[in-house]
Amino acid sequence: MLRFLAGRLFQSVFILLGVTIITFGLLFLIPADPVRMIAGRSATPQTVESIRRQLGLDQPIPVQYVRYLANLARGDMGRSYVQKAPVNELIASRLPATLQLMGAAILIQLMIGLPAGIFASTRRNRPSDKAIMVFSFVGISAPQFVVGLLLIYVFAFKFELFPLGGYGGIGHVILPALTLGITVSGWYSRMSRSSMIEVLRQDYIRTARAKGVNEWRVVLVHALRNAILPIIAMIGIDIGLYAQGIVVVEAVFGWPGIGQLAWLAIQRVDIPIIMGVTLVAAVGIVVGNLCADIATSFIDPRVRHS
Amino acid sequence: MGEAWKRFKKDRVALVGAIIIATISLAAVFAPLIAPYDPFEQFFEGLTIEGAPRPPDGEFWLGTDLLGRDLFSRLLYGARTSLIIGIAANAAAVLIGTAFGATAGYVGGWVGIAIMRFTDLMMAFPALLLAIALAAILKPSLWIVALVIALVNWVQTARVIYTQTRALVEREFIEAARAAGAAWPRILMVHVLPHLVPHILVWATLGISVTVLLEATLSFLGIGVQPPTPSWGGIIFESQSYFLSAPWLVFFPGISILVVALAFNVVGDGLRDALDPTQRGRD
Repeated sequence: MLRFLAGRLFQSVFILLGVTIITFGLLFLIPADPVRMIAGRSATPQTVESIRRQLGLDQPIPVQYVRYLANLARGDMGRSYVQKAPVNELIASRLPATLQLMGAAILIQLMIGLPAGIFASTRRNRPSDKAIMVFSFVGISAPQFVVGLLLIYVFAFKFELFPLGGYGGIGHVILPALTLGITVSGWYSRMSRSSMIEVLRQDYIRTARAKGVNEWRVVLVHALRNAILPIIAMIGIDIGLYAQGIVVVEAVFGWPGIGQLAWLAIQRVDIPIIMGVTLVAAVGIVVGNLCADIATSFIDPRVRHS
Repeated sequence: MGEAWKRFKKDRVALVGAIIIATISLAAVFAPLIAPYDPFEQFFEGLTIEGAPRPPDGEFWLGTDLLGRDLFSRLLYGARTSLIIGIAANAAAVLIGTAFGATAGYVGGWVGIAIMRFTDLMMAFPALLLAIALAAILKPSLWIVALVIALVNWVQTARVIYTQTRALVEREFIEAARAAGAAWPRILMVHVLPHLVPHILVWATLGISVTVLLEATLSFLGIGVQPPTPSWGGIIFESQSYFLSAPWLVFFPGISILVVALAFNVVGDGLRDALDPTQRGRD
């Protein structure tokens, strides 16, 4: 167990190092000179030169990369070109709003995806299963910005049940969380269906049925007990889907999280912020996958030894 | 293949999806013949007296946009953008993924490990954010957007092809080919690749829905295909601040994106079931 954990942890660190190489590499691809962006148009060549030295951009690239890593290790992600503030502070101040939104969305994803997946698994290849699977494809295929705008139009504009956007109490979080939750639950119902099917075809389920246990009890107690933890662990893998979704959904709803921060940064080509948010999202995805791996390995010893 | 086609024909959902794809592709190809108006022309009567876009009516079937252009004609031309990017970007992604996956799976050793670790790394990278960063760096145009999408979307194919190739390499006919002295590029092309075709076909279809959605999302964020080229995501981007008074400008392009992505998804899923019945009903 410990060896498995250590191996996975090592892999995660390795992956995160790789991610920093890519984000660092992207910084060099931008045609815009970061020094010019900071100094402004009217700066004298002397100021430009001193800023360049200050940022360490006159050093060889490997030295710059090591310095970039050292700064990251201290939580320093550079400064925004436009907002003239440290990127880590900007992200830290907006992270709670994003986590709030994701928490609510995960709740909705579970409330829709889990029952749909379980029900479909018990009706395998019958019309109700087919219908649920087509609906799950609708969720997967729906562009999040369209779902968000339509929800705003119907529930905020026509029926005035919720605010049009912005940040505040529970009323504000429902529509953006629904947008994320509906689209992600499309994947989720398919995944929970297939892992339920995996469990339902095992021998002990046949034994339970043969003993005359009520079918609902077989599904909801005997089978679900073994399927539920891997299904919950899948949320860790879904973090990747959320990392994409928050940029779009926060932009549509004016939700002041890191997704909106990234969206505003896109429009001003504020690369340090885009890179910072990408790094934070990558850390979230790696940690999410790690948690999912650990959770499944606790439940299923076969995973540890494969 | 004949068996697979028989199974596919029985799958009514996938068949409907295939018909939808065929219809929209034809509409995109013949857009100049079908479109009632020039998609770029700004009509004087295309705006109301107050200067607002006109709702759907007999003259402009799906209404007009903020500049008084015909929405239906723009959607038809937008289908070209979506399909060209969707198909080209996905073809490139599947090609990259197959090359990486098959090489890693066949050659194995440290090359295989290096390639698969790189795909792990790409999996940890939020594709949309990477695409955004790339698109912000390279000035977005139709082909750049396709390239960006291909660069972030090959990973899934690489993983599937890798697993399949690993399984194939163990088989006896590959060993026989090796024993007969065939060089590895030849074994890969002649003996391994034909067995990968079903999986490539599935991803070549399923992947299009992902690329179509990604293109729409990038265009919606303003870093996809640039105006005046009509694209479905771009139409929504242009009109989102007016959408409460002109909801058709979001509704029609939105439904178009959904229908195309959905059609490719169900056809891809149907293909997977038809080509590999052991996987039927599993994900």
